[in-house]
Amino acid sequence: MKRLTMIDAVAAPLDESNIDTDQLAPGRFLSKPVTPDVLLHDRRFDSRGGRRQDFVLNHPAYAGARILVARRNMGIGSSREAAANAVAIAGFACVIAASFGDIFYNNCLQNGILPIVLDEAAIDDLITFLQANPGRHLVIDLPAQTVAGEGLLIRHFTISPRRKRCLVEGLDDFALTAQFGDALAAFEAGYYKTRPWLALRA
Amino acid sequence: MQPKSLLEKIWQSHAVTQFDDGETLLYVDRVLMHEGFWWSIIDMLREKGLTIRRPSSLIACADHLVPTASRVNGYASITDDRRRELIRRLENEGREIGAIVLGMMDEHQGILHVVAPEQGITQPGMVIVGSDSHTSTHGALGALAFGIGTTEAVHAISTQTLWQNPPRSMRITVDGRLNPHASAKDLILTIVVRLGVGGGAGRFVEYAGPAIDALSIDERMTVCNMSIEMGARAGLIAPDDKTIDYLAGRPRAPQGADWDRAAADWRTLYSDQGAIFDHELTIAGDAIVPMATWGTTLEQAIPISQTIPDPARESDGIRRRANEQALRYMDLKPGQRLSEVAIDRIFIGSCTNGRLQDLRAAAAVLRGRKVCVPSFVSPGSRDVKRAAEAEGLDRIFIDAGFEWHDSGCSMCAGANGDQLGPNQRCVATSNRNFPGRQGPGSRTHIVSPETAAASAVAGRLVSRGQLEASA
Repeated sequence: MKRLTMIDAVAAPLDESNIDTDQLAPGRFLSKPVTPDVLLHDRRFDSRGGRRQDFVLNHPAYAGARILVARRNMGIGSSREAAANAVAIAGFACVIAASFGDIFYNNCLQNGILPIVLDEAAIDDLITFLQANPGRHLVIDLPAQTVAGEGLLIRHFTISPRRKRCLVEGLDDFALTAQFGDALAAFEAGYYKTRPWLALRA
Repeated sequence: MQPKSLLEKIWQSHAVTQFDDGETLLYVDRVLMHEGFWWSIIDMLREKGLTIRRPSSLIACADHLVPTASRVNGYASITDDRRRELIRRLENEGREIGAIVLGMMDEHQGILHVVAPEQGITQPGMVIVGSDSHTSTHGALGALAFGIGTTEAVHAISTQTLWQNPPRSMRITVDGRLNPHASAKDLILTIVVRLGVGGGAGRFVEYAGPAIDALSIDERMTVCNMSIEMGARAGLIAPDDKTIDYLAGRPRAPQGADWDRAAADWRTLYSDQGAIFDHELTIAGDAIVPMATWGTTLEQAIPISQTIPDPARESDGIRRRANEQALRYMDLKPGQRLSEVAIDRIFIGSCTNGRLQDLRAAAAVLRGRKVCVPSFVSPGSRDVKRAAEAEGLDRIFIDAGFEWHDSGCSMCAGANGDQLGPNQRCVATSNRNFPGRQGPGSRTHIVSPETAAASAVAGRLVSRGQLEASA
């Protein structure tokens, strides 16, 4: 996984709550690898494939945005990793929201996207600022755990130390788990001794 | 000894290693996969050059993409080449790998979350993960079960573990008893409305109390299934005599001396008196009434007898805007009654409400009546289908005008092509009413099987009580 420390990039305000995974990556796109037009497909494109000019992500000022700011319950719904993958493939490295769907949050981390939870007042400030100043940058400092922008209050966010370490060092879960191979073998031996019925029959 | 919750007991017995801050490498007993994501998991496994640690702990079910209208022509019934290819990949690669495979033409085929309990694969005290968010269903048997994405699924099958944040717990106690007009679906919709779709975020929710104890295993699965719809990681119910009776004699349940040891262990799986939960909520079971969603999230639901709320009276600005947006999408107005709105389609089935008891409940409403909108049932599994046919439920559905389909996820997510057209309105017993979920522009109302059946007869969204009062 790529190392992730600082992101200084255009931020797009998606001024909505309850953006579910069916919207992020509609079901009919799930049988193939994700392409850049999957993300929020039915919001970005009309039924003939034309771009909906009124949808925020189609605004030229947000072309090249790497940070997405949404409101409440971002990514609720299914376990489809295509939802997080579509966000990554569309170029985003960070999603900021007031709250996240749990599986989507984890899937973001697995796709090298930093999910940041800020309180609703902070989200409100960010969205108001980005709508008033389309194309402005936000600066995410992962080691310092801050979100900043010109003329904005610096906001602090929390993240699990393990997740942070993985992102900063570009270490994925697989590499981390590999460090515990002996512990796993020992655990497994004891586990099936006390629970023989779980050792699988052919 | 420190009292422990059911969650803590299962968690601690599966902790391979734990950091000081509670981050845990959690051991995984079973991994559930369906053909919709099998290909991406196996492709990623190969790309990473990894192998499967315990192949027989994988359960591979064909459910999302299989045709449900008819399967009489076998694989030729699948009209889409890519879907056929993905189903065949799950079946062929699953067998090569040594997974437990329930393929499209298997006599026990069905929806993953219906089939795994039916086969005795799901057992109390297990940690079960699945490449599907409704893996939370399996908590109904006292397993710690939750959905994961593709990368985590690859991690689970290659290492038999997953990294987990320290768990946050919640207990929802349901007092009293559900009245005869209320179902388990109405109960969980009431809980989702009460907590909001983010209200259980990341939590492991244990359901307890006399109303939960009184639920059948099928009903408990409906409740745990929709735990994910309030953002919870999992739903969990302590195993009891009903759970143990349910599992006895199932094909993949422990047998003989193993059964005795297992059952003795399962009886230790409950939250001790004095166990501490991060959050507690009590719900009055006897206050539950038939519910329906009017919007595009599960918290946008009301008792069917009430009118659609006016967003202008919502004090939370974000919720107000979401409600306005949902009303526009659903083409509904504040103050309207759901019973005024014409519906186009009825769907009974899914991992939420596709079990035998659900079909019995719907059939009880339909007996001697006729539907006036296109309606179909997709039983949750072929075992459910056969059991229903043995009781004559298929005749009741067919005589009422329902189509009697084969089993699969079908129109819940429409991944097999069973989709609604734009602006079509469906009353469904499934679990999600998201925009476009049942096809681009589709409008979904989530209800219980009884309400879906009553609505099929009325042609409008009504509860069984309303149907019978108007007859």
